[in-house]
Amino acid sequence: MPEISFREAVRDALAEELERDGRVFVMGEDVEPGGVFNTTPGLVERFGKERVFDTPISELAFTSAAFGAAVKGMRPVVEIMFGDFLGLVIDTLVNQASKYWYLSNEQASVPLVVRSAVGGGARFGACHSQTPTGWFLGEPGLKLVAPSTPADAKGLLKSAIRDDNPVVVFEHKMLYGRKGEVPDGEASVVPLGRAAVRRQGSDVTVVAAMAMCEIALAAADELASEGIEAEVIDLRTLRPLDVDTIAASAEKTGRLVVVEEGPPTGGYASDVISFAVEEAGPIRARRVSMPDLPIPFAASLEDWARPSVGQVAGAARALAA
Amino acid sequence: LSTASETVGTAKLDELYEQMLRIRLLEDAVHRLFLNNEIEGTTHLYQGQEAVSVGVCDVLEPGDTVAATYRGHGAALALGVDQTRLLAELLGRETGTNGGRGGSMNVIDLERDLIGCFGIVGGSIAAATGAGLAAQLSRDGSVAVAFFGDGATNQAYFHECLNFAGVRRLPLLYVCENNLYGEWSSMFHVTAVGELLSRAPGYGMPGVEVDGNDVLAVREVAAEAAARARRGDGPTLIEAKTYRHKGHSRVDPGKYRPKEEVDEWLGRDPIPRLAARLDGGAVARIQERVERELEAALDAARSAPFPSPDRLASAFKEA
Repeated sequence: MPEISFREAVRDALAEELERDGRVFVMGEDVEPGGVFNTTPGLVERFGKERVFDTPISELAFTSAAFGAAVKGMRPVVEIMFGDFLGLVIDTLVNQASKYWYLSNEQASVPLVVRSAVGGGARFGACHSQTPTGWFLGEPGLKLVAPSTPADAKGLLKSAIRDDNPVVVFEHKMLYGRKGEVPDGEASVVPLGRAAVRRQGSDVTVVAAMAMCEIALAAADELASEGIEAEVIDLRTLRPLDVDTIAASAEKTGRLVVVEEGPPTGGYASDVISFAVEEAGPIRARRVSMPDLPIPFAASLEDWARPSVGQVAGAARALAA
Repeated sequence: LSTASETVGTAKLDELYEQMLRIRLLEDAVHRLFLNNEIEGTTHLYQGQEAVSVGVCDVLEPGDTVAATYRGHGAALALGVDQTRLLAELLGRETGTNGGRGGSMNVIDLERDLIGCFGIVGGSIAAATGAGLAAQLSRDGSVAVAFFGDGATNQAYFHECLNFAGVRRLPLLYVCENNLYGEWSSMFHVTAVGELLSRAPGYGMPGVEVDGNDVLAVREVAAEAAARARRGDGPTLIEAKTYRHKGHSRVDPGKYRPKEEVDEWLGRDPIPRLAARLDGGAVARIQERVERELEAALDAARSAPFPSPDRLASAFKEA
């Protein structure tokens, strides 16, 4: 199996779906020259400017246009350069796209994909480092996808493009350079809504997404050296949430740590714990998240603010004690 | 202002009159139903503006797309949405256009090319712009229409989408129904330019002003803009000067408007204006038919069942 980077996996998913379905098109700021994260190079040369095209710096306009075009039967994929800019498109996503299927009494769905680069660690400061999944968790009609590996970056994006509903795909910017084995063609498709157990363990369950999976796995190694076996679950999709996999693990271990690169309230960490308690019965649980502050610029401050291996291991130890 | 110059046949005049009257009488009925609480929530009535949506929709072809506002009952009827289903939607019934899920502000009927009425000011501009993009990419020859009010011209949707459509030369008609008031505020108090059309050249498109209370003038301007869009020459901003006879919404009697202004506009009511060009017998016949059909529609809508929450529902379309 070929080993490619996360960003190449994204590009391959786009290319394969553009090839597979003539209704798919890609638009966004600077997608023709390849984009600032270099996820779309070569696409315009291969598919032409009717399928891959640049837009004004006008996120509301082109995401709105994607909504209307999707109702009319197209399958747009838009790139919002930084997740922080998603605030500019919330109205068309949550008051139009995500409600259309239900409100129209199922006359038409909205097969729209929004891809966006999120996450801290690059010293980009408060408005280019957020992981704003919490802005969308309260909106029922949006699927939320959050890959952590190159294989999932490709496989989940392919599923998102084939899905008949609006999907936001959060791509963590610190993962774009990560390499991994990625299947070719149809074998690469990863269904939405299923978490992955990345490490088996019986003492504590650690749930994470995107770049936090690496933190969780590193913490699990540290814990193993102390005789604590952590089970690490990669959510992969935040809605629909794979409650069965989470609850089964939490029931087995009785202890649950959820790692989230975001503020402690209004995020998936609280939701994962709530569902786990409802499904798995009495468990002990902790969140490892970020402080209730804007994300700071200085390396010393940003590193302090982001969840760390030590914090995750510490939370697991506290529960296991 | 553009005025109608072409010769329009009697049958077409009768048809346009009937469509405008259907909207007027339905809105009058809706107003009564709201005031007696038979229709719940709120409503935004269209009396006075009928010539705009009737004139524009008359020049459209099947497969074109229309996006309207929360004041959208007129556009719906002008597109041929069945009035029984429209009333049933307002009454929250299972047989409504949206099965009772949408209500007055969210009427959707894709079979009639109504991509939706949108409850957020400017939302119609978003949907129509996207439909125009789909038309351009799929080369299906269709055009899209966004109806919106003067208030929406201060929204990001207006500015961003008109630039997007201008730069891509999308096949669009942006139809501003300038009724002089955004909710309770005079347009002149909240808009930096007195002439909305001055914004059109900034987005690379022609702007055309038209008497929005003259259905024939609206029709002519819309036909030209639609032809231009179908030729691939891009979008047009149309400003239809009109007036709403009622307040903004249910709770608003519209008392902030000077009486002289209201009287002046009532004198330009588009319906008597067209009636004056029709044969008296035709006017009476049309009146009788529209009233009869409305009564039947009301009876049918009222007798329809309420939607049951027992029906399985998902926010997602399942594969």
